[in-house]
Amino acid sequence: MKKIVLGNQEMSCQSDETLLDALLRHEVAIPYSCRQGVCQSCVVRSLDVVPPLLSQRGLKDVQQKQNYFLACKCYPEHDMEIALSQQASFFTEGTVVGKALLNTETVLLSIQCNDALDFYAGQFVNLQRADGLTRSYSIANSRLHATELTFHVRRLPGGRFSEWAHGDLQIGDTLKVSEPQGLCFYLPDRPEQNMLLIGTGSGLAPLAGIISEALQQGHTGDIYLFHGSRDREGLYWIEEMQALQQQYSNFHYTPCISNGLVPDGFAQGRANDVAMQALPKLNAWRVYLCGHPDMVNQTKIQAFLKGASSIDIYSDAFHVTPDLTPSSATTTIS
Amino acid sequence: MSEEATPTKATLYERIGGEAAVNAAVELFYRKVLSDHRINRFFANTNMDEQIAKQKAFFTMAFGGPNTYTGTDMRNAHAALVKRGLDDSHFDAVMEHLGATLQELNVPADLIGEAAAIAESVRNDILGK
Repeated sequence: MKKIVLGNQEMSCQSDETLLDALLRHEVAIPYSCRQGVCQSCVVRSLDVVPPLLSQRGLKDVQQKQNYFLACKCYPEHDMEIALSQQASFFTEGTVVGKALLNTETVLLSIQCNDALDFYAGQFVNLQRADGLTRSYSIANSRLHATELTFHVRRLPGGRFSEWAHGDLQIGDTLKVSEPQGLCFYLPDRPEQNMLLIGTGSGLAPLAGIISEALQQGHTGDIYLFHGSRDREGLYWIEEMQALQQQYSNFHYTPCISNGLVPDGFAQGRANDVAMQALPKLNAWRVYLCGHPDMVNQTKIQAFLKGASSIDIYSDAFHVTPDLTPSSATTTIS
Repeated sequence: MSEEATPTKATLYERIGGEAAVNAAVELFYRKVLSDHRINRFFANTNMDEQIAKQKAFFTMAFGGPNTYTGTDMRNAHAALVKRGLDDSHFDAVMEHLGATLQELNVPADLIGEAAAIAESVRNDILGK
């Protein structure tokens, strides 16, 4: 018999019983369906031990790495502490040490954290103001900087957090910073794999983190970045990305403009359409998509039809928060 | 390969290649479905990862593998699609892609026949008849 801890609750799991059955026996409200490891409804996360190998089959590598597993395929080998949702706790405090405009609507926020964050490039954290107002923002830097994190905060009209971050927030002010979250991140296990990254607006933030991480790790496959916006004003870091392209022969950068005048050196069209036209096949590629939810969902299917395997498509849809409720599953901006 | 005990005769699921065969088939199949204008409206505009999990369950079922779906589950799951016009012609198209996918994976014809017969057996449940 193994001891299972879930929040404040302690329960038992018999040796011939799956974790899912044990949770259901203790009347835990956990979603489930097939009970055969197929539907992945009952995915949970171990907070201490590495889950049994069999219970992680079929999950994405990024999920496996973070100790996610399927309760229906898990016969616990040790006592375990588990979590049902991805709700992260706040664990450190950070001080604003830099604030600079990237373009008219996006500010680069640098936050020095009291504790080093163990994150993967591409993940996001929740930032919380003193009064509790909370929003999720992607980390825009690589793991080289584990205590000084950077974020791209786009100002949305009426967005309470983003307008405050653009206006009143001062250097020296403090914020609470959550544990890193999200499954759209870089793992260096297949350095020869070609990568396609498509971002709209401040969706460049996690992609820039992923790119610098990959290049620092010596990624040898081609890395294609397509950054899109309606107009030239919505793009940023153009010179920086062009300089990176000069420095690394396997990094290719295309800024895309979907409306209006398109200057030399920019592609005309939506970033995802430009990318799909430029790259004939995506078989065995890794694909990262960040930004507007419609772009993310549409491009997932485009990339899949071009041959990318669904397990190699990582995405982070930026939803705008309509009220105070912080999001748990996807990055939220406002 | 399956983890379930196999006392005597190998099941279709095992003969066809088990979970590895399901994984190979699902993506080929789902690409065909999404590219087919007769039926892709029933599959698009949803979460792709969830859709792929559903197609995995479909193939596991068609291969006679471990699944716990009942006729009632099938009816409930597809009721909204039936309201949107899902009928025999769409089911036929899916069967066509099932066969083509398995041919592409060089599954022997007799095994394809067995899988098709299992899939065919849920036609009325799926179409709410």
